[in-house]
Amino acid sequence: MSTVEITINKKTVRVPENITIMAAAKLNGISLPSLCHHPDQKVKANCRVCAVEVEGSKNLVASCSTMVSEGMKITTNSPRVRETVRTIVELILADHPQECLTCIRSGECELRQLAFKLGMKEVQGVKTVKRLPLDLSTPSLVRDPNKCIKCGRCAEVCHHVQEVGILYSHNRGLDIGVTPEYGKELKDVACVLCGQCVLACPVGAIYEKDDTDKVWEALGNPDKHVVVQVAPSVRVSIAEEFDQPSGSIATSKLVSALRLLGFDRVFDTDFAADLTIMEEGHELLQRLQTGGVLPLITSCSPGWIKYIEHFYPELLPHVSSCKSPQQMFGAMAKSYYAQISGIDPKDIFVVSVMPCTAKKYEAARPEMKDSGYRDVDAVLTTRELGRMFKHEGIDFNSLEDGEFDSPLGISTGAAAIFGVTGGVMEAALRTVYEVVTGQTLEKLEFTGVRGMAGVKASSVNLGGTEVKVAVAHGLAHAKQIMEAIAAGEADYTFIEVMCCPGGCIGGGGQPYGTTNAVREKRIQGLYEVDQKAELRKSHENPAIQKLYEDYLQAPLSPVSHKLLHTTYTNRCQHELQ
Amino acid sequence: MQAVVQEIVGQMGNEKAPLLQVLLAVQDASPRNYVSEEAVRAIARSMRVSRCRVYSTASFYTEISLKPRGRHLIRICGNAPCENAGRAAIMDAIQKELGIKAGEITADGLISLEKVSCLGACYKSPAIKVDHQIYGNLTPEEAVAIIRSLREEFSNEHNGSPVGI
Repeated sequence: MSTVEITINKKTVRVPENITIMAAAKLNGISLPSLCHHPDQKVKANCRVCAVEVEGSKNLVASCSTMVSEGMKITTNSPRVRETVRTIVELILADHPQECLTCIRSGECELRQLAFKLGMKEVQGVKTVKRLPLDLSTPSLVRDPNKCIKCGRCAEVCHHVQEVGILYSHNRGLDIGVTPEYGKELKDVACVLCGQCVLACPVGAIYEKDDTDKVWEALGNPDKHVVVQVAPSVRVSIAEEFDQPSGSIATSKLVSALRLLGFDRVFDTDFAADLTIMEEGHELLQRLQTGGVLPLITSCSPGWIKYIEHFYPELLPHVSSCKSPQQMFGAMAKSYYAQISGIDPKDIFVVSVMPCTAKKYEAARPEMKDSGYRDVDAVLTTRELGRMFKHEGIDFNSLEDGEFDSPLGISTGAAAIFGVTGGVMEAALRTVYEVVTGQTLEKLEFTGVRGMAGVKASSVNLGGTEVKVAVAHGLAHAKQIMEAIAAGEADYTFIEVMCCPGGCIGGGGQPYGTTNAVREKRIQGLYEVDQKAELRKSHENPAIQKLYEDYLQAPLSPVSHKLLHTTYTNRCQHELQ
Repeated sequence: MQAVVQEIVGQMGNEKAPLLQVLLAVQDASPRNYVSEEAVRAIARSMRVSRCRVYSTASFYTEISLKPRGRHLIRICGNAPCENAGRAAIMDAIQKELGIKAGEITADGLISLEKVSCLGACYKSPAIKVDHQIYGNLTPEEAVAIIRSLREEFSNEHNGSPVGI
């Protein structure tokens, strides 16, 4: 690797060429302040708080966008730099509501941390804080334009990672806002509610719609039997809320903490993930055998479903009719579980803990009540659950290990990997292979569908037939596959799509600080859960076998179809006014 | 609208067309001198960019209006050189002739009046710009004559019917 010699604060050092001043400073023990900078995004250089002096340059330069060069003399600690950066932050604060005590982002706000770090004491000059209305139009997200610092991180992820493109900077000067066009509400544009903007936002300008009060109320109601289900990916992210390393596996402590909150039963979405594999795997086989529409595309990810409804409604026949695991769980809780426990389904309150903001929208879909009752009553993100634990003073890290309740808490390793990109595909292949060939699958790992590559194509031999499969995560990558299908150029049989980068472990409801590096750690965590699981194939889940024996009869049976399958809506974005 | 926009975008290179030029051309093609929401959607579709990218650019430049304006746009310079050369009298005459103030549209939708910072025509101040044409060294009488000829021209073309939205 070629290097260059530079001077940082009078110290001469060698650093790799082709890196920014910010990166060079970091390598030498100095973390320069930043707001618009994000490790997974391209450089925007619009907040200017990373300004430094470079000898020979009249003005201060943005260290995030200026590359080092041979002989460069950089000063990060001069009075001029200090005063400039403080003035810039002061100007941002002059336009920012001072509501930190009651802000949802309070403890983890990058602006607040920066103001604290710089020892900001007072904000001089004219305050320009506006009182614009909040966007409360969706069940998933809240946008508070008053807190927006116009860094552009949300627009970047919305346009370039997801390519949904509903948030962008508008107008100019004091009137700048980062909104959908014409300042429309999120419900009136093709927002898929993935919440990647929430993870990108450095402040509290966009966040999940908080449903913790709904859950507290149910937990406090003696007439309600409150059950909770936890999504696969939450077990490898919740511990981050309690300062544990990214990807720490915290399943047992999570169960104990949920019991302490007062849930009557602590169940696992993994149970429903195994059920999804049974239904979706057989749907794939049925489509193969009867000449149905192929490729079949997975339907677990509600952000993805809303995306295809908006952008490619003509391809909806490709999407599996299976409900997502969250909804399958709810439907089973209010039918099968109600029956075996002898509890009136009207008294059962289903809470789910999800890595996802779009799950709130999915649970609120009017069609999701096939048992006669709403499948899922309240959806909490990982962040909201973390707040509930903290509220109750639960000392998460020192809890004793707990185990999920039976039978809706019994699951396999195949279900655990639903939380990572490629996991649904791998879980489905484990089951489909054995169903089709009647033979035991020797090597369970389908490594061709693993990893962070945006589009992963692979092929699998199913009893003599080569089946081509593809996996995409992040909607920009999903779009590539949809374009290929629309052009008739995709000869895949089965496609998995996850809305968020990395799959659910990188979902918009996950703890703040979810970067691609963190995603990789959580992926490792879930593969470890799978590896250590006693059972690793969905069809071997005894609770699922019993569910079919006692209640559903068989995959794709009429009762399965009624409770576990759904329909989709054309939400073509061209129709949106 | 989609067809009109598609033709403009097609002439400029489809997905590679420069957005600002497309917006100006679409605005010029609009009888009300603006870029409608329908046009924003059509441009986004033709150029395969998001609607909010189109809106972002349109809302940044004052040259582009997102609200309907008159068929013809009269801009009056409000800067010092024109001010010294007698802008006030020109403005008074025009406002009186049109029956509107700066920032308004005539009731028949024919003319918008806007005050702008500089037209780049200080050498022949006082100046106004009517659509894309600069008129300099103006007297109030000449300004009124320009407006009357605009009205006459329109009346001849449309038999006196009002301007459509």
